[in-house]
Amino acid sequence: MTLPNPADLIRQMALDLRARLQARGIEAPRFIGIRTGGVWVTQALLEELGITTAFGTLDVSFYRDDFSQNGLHPQVRPSDLPFEIEGQHLVLVDDVLMSGRTIRAALNELFDYGRPASVTLVSLVDLNAAELPIRPDIAGVTLSLSPNERVKLIGPSPLSLEQQVVEPASSLQESPR
Amino acid sequence: MIPTDAKRPLQLNDQGQLRHFLSLDGLPRSLLTEILDTADSFLEVGARAVKKVPLLRGKTVCNVFFENSTRTRTTFELAAQRLSADVITLNVSTSSTSKGETLFDTLRNLEAMAADMFVVRHADSGAAHYIAEHVSPDVAVINGGDGRHAHPTQGMLDMLTIRRHKGGFENLSVAIVGDILHSRVARSNMIALKTLGCPDIRVIGPKTLLPVGVEQYGVKVYTDLTEGLKDVDVVIMLRLQRERMQGGLLPSEGEFYRLFGLTTQRLALARPDAIVMHPGPINRGVEIESAVADGAQSVILNQVTYGIAVRMAVLSMAMSGQAAQRQIEQENVQ
Amino acid sequence: MSLSIIGARLIDPASGLDQLSDLHVENGKVLAIGAAPAGFKASREVAAQGLVAAPGLVDLNVALREPGYSRKGTIASETRAAAAGGVTSLCCPPLTRPVLDTSAVAELILDRARDAGHCKVFPIGALSKGLEGEQLAELVALRDAGCVAFGNGLNSFANTRTLCRALEYAATFDLTVIFNSQDRDLAAGGLAHEGPTASFLGLAGIPETAETVALARDLLLVEQSGVRAHFSQLTTARGAEMIAQAQARGLPVTADVALYQLILTDEALTGFSSLYHVQPPLRTRADRDGLRDAVKAGVIQAISSHHQPHERDAKQAPFGATEPGISSVELLLPLALTLVEEGLLDLPTLLARLTSGPANALRLAAGELMAGGAADLVLFDPTASTVAGEQWHSRGTNSPFMGHCLPGAVRYTVVDGRISHEA
Repeated sequence: MTLPNPADLIRQMALDLRARLQARGIEAPRFIGIRTGGVWVTQALLEELGITTAFGTLDVSFYRDDFSQNGLHPQVRPSDLPFEIEGQHLVLVDDVLMSGRTIRAALNELFDYGRPASVTLVSLVDLNAAELPIRPDIAGVTLSLSPNERVKLIGPSPLSLEQQVVEPASSLQESPR
Repeated sequence: MIPTDAKRPLQLNDQGQLRHFLSLDGLPRSLLTEILDTADSFLEVGARAVKKVPLLRGKTVCNVFFENSTRTRTTFELAAQRLSADVITLNVSTSSTSKGETLFDTLRNLEAMAADMFVVRHADSGAAHYIAEHVSPDVAVINGGDGRHAHPTQGMLDMLTIRRHKGGFENLSVAIVGDILHSRVARSNMIALKTLGCPDIRVIGPKTLLPVGVEQYGVKVYTDLTEGLKDVDVVIMLRLQRERMQGGLLPSEGEFYRLFGLTTQRLALARPDAIVMHPGPINRGVEIESAVADGAQSVILNQVTYGIAVRMAVLSMAMSGQAAQRQIEQENVQ
Repeated sequence: MSLSIIGARLIDPASGLDQLSDLHVENGKVLAIGAAPAGFKASREVAAQGLVAAPGLVDLNVALREPGYSRKGTIASETRAAAAGGVTSLCCPPLTRPVLDTSAVAELILDRARDAGHCKVFPIGALSKGLEGEQLAELVALRDAGCVAFGNGLNSFANTRTLCRALEYAATFDLTVIFNSQDRDLAAGGLAHEGPTASFLGLAGIPETAETVALARDLLLVEQSGVRAHFSQLTTARGAEMIAQAQARGLPVTADVALYQLILTDEALTGFSSLYHVQPPLRTRADRDGLRDAVKAGVIQAISSHHQPHERDAKQAPFGATEPGISSVELLLPLALTLVEEGLLDLPTLLARLTSGPANALRLAAGELMAGGAADLVLFDPTASTVAGEQWHSRGTNSPFMGHCLPGAVRYTVVDGRISHEA
């Protein structure tokens, strides 16, 4: 299948997001990108929206639910949230939403920082394969893949989407999406 | 030539990840760097309002201290709690072994409590190795200090301190001063600095406090503090224990201070931006002048903070390595 | 019971014999070497083609652990283990409980050894009461009860003058004193040789001078008192040099070394295995090489096992909390043959160090094969091999060589014409 160009998706996402925030009366939300792909999407999105305030980066390694099976991710980096979470409206951005577990971990981590006023979930790609009741508020594109297919965001510049095939019944999973 | 344990990588699983943390000897540079990087992330956690992460939730960490220590014990407790683990602390020095129970039996009883990890401190060199060899292989063993042999978490927190305050190790000059002979901290530090590529490692002390063959660590030996401190970037002061006077190793604390104590004057011989470190607890007026310990160049209190982060990193990595090993073994069975 | 051993290579270091020859035994004595006497028909014939026949090994240092340490071993079990190692005569040290400082203890040991019948036992008596180094033990009574020499183990004498008096007393009666020279203060608290390995492992060190300082003093006291002296369990090259110099000066001192000191070095301690925890400690390669040279030259004329069996618990702890000692007599011959395999010694010289050498050092009626003499011998296959531990008689399994494949295999050990071990 031919995959869409992220730049095109982000343009539309920016419009949809602006509309949604306006409808809900959310004025100056802070943006948080989930490492690593979510950070690239956040950067591109903010550029498109013309927002220059600092955004946060979230590393969810310490909140994942698969530590007992897969252990610690070797590329742990510190999270960086240069603003208060307490009472803040947030826009949480990720690149590919699959099982929903990463978002679950991200929410748990955010709530350890403080109690946000709201969290709007934005994802570049929604694979419609959620294993938890988590749905994006804004999605760039919804795709349906077969069980051994994956989609990966390549970046930081230019951004592009790439399709990959994984070994069937692989027990050492990559990061659950 | 440092004798290595290379033929028995007891500490590593089949993928070269940590499954126990017993000594820094034989660990590759990449692994030490991974520990430091992971510790950096945990430092960030420590700066948040909620200092806990759920990483080790449901796991039981057992601190088994055969040798008394408040500071190391509390930092390990704190580290495990911040990882959301359940923590038990046993001060065995005061209980069962004094009733004649062997170390072997104490361990068997602890294993029956289904701990996932033991953090052990013991007065005998090699105790951590012995314990790792005799408990179930599923239980991670972390060395909190064994005799004179090793104190690997202290070594790593000292390295984190140096990295955070000096950037890297490649162009550094580091001096370790005091009772090297009896110091497991010194041994771990020398190995870590060498592995991480520090080109100028110096040990400074009287002959009575320098181990025979200390050159094998790749260090330069000085018996004159003023010579040894010239232009160093890092000064690590070691604690001098009262007992050393009895053994005939030193005439008095006074003479030691006069010759090897870190005073403001002596510190001036080092680089102006040199940092001063000490594993603690400090003996003011014995190995270090109060003004230096409390001064601008001292990072002694920072070391304590870094210690919690490093221990969180080591606990996580060892637990992770154990999980990975179980995974590998399950796959081998299939 | 009579025996004919047919077609073995007979090596008797004492007489220099080394040839294919038959040997005939009757009534516990060697009847003839070579052709059988006319009309002699042995009740048992051993086909010994391809085997080597030698005097039964004489081991100067085998702890039997009885009386007093039955968890570690008994006279029956340890003499049986010795027989498996090719030993027909052994000396047991006075470190029993109670200490071997009364004739009653000596008699008990000799009785039990006789009852077990695996090996001839020549007890070493305590030089001082309780091995405490303060009061002289009753040396003559002990001699009369069967003690062949006297020593104080690694325990020091309280003061040098007392030691000197003890030596003079022993010299009065032409008794041999065995020295385990080690300076108590220099060795105090030490677990391993003071060198780079111990420093790296964080183990308290015993410096070379612990041995050499004591040796220097002991050699001079020997010279002054004129006592017959045997220096046991040397561990340093320097120490071996000092013995050589004393011998060159005309001092009639003899020496032995533990077999494992000729094989292992302190590098074995990496990994903290308590199986390598011994006292006096394993030392450096240079020391091992110096000891090997001294053995080759005959300065050290005896190799002993320094057998110290232990119960499991004694080694089940971190290094510093374990008891020192290796269970070694059972592998004496195979392990010694590794020295021949490595080209260090030829077989006849090795056998001399294990038979006539030790026997001469303590003036024991052992260690040689001659017509009319006691039929104490060992028959072994130099081309076979022994897997250490496959068959094991000692109570102590504390040997770092367990599972190793060692050269040679003891086929028969014969004591007073009786087969004490057969494989």
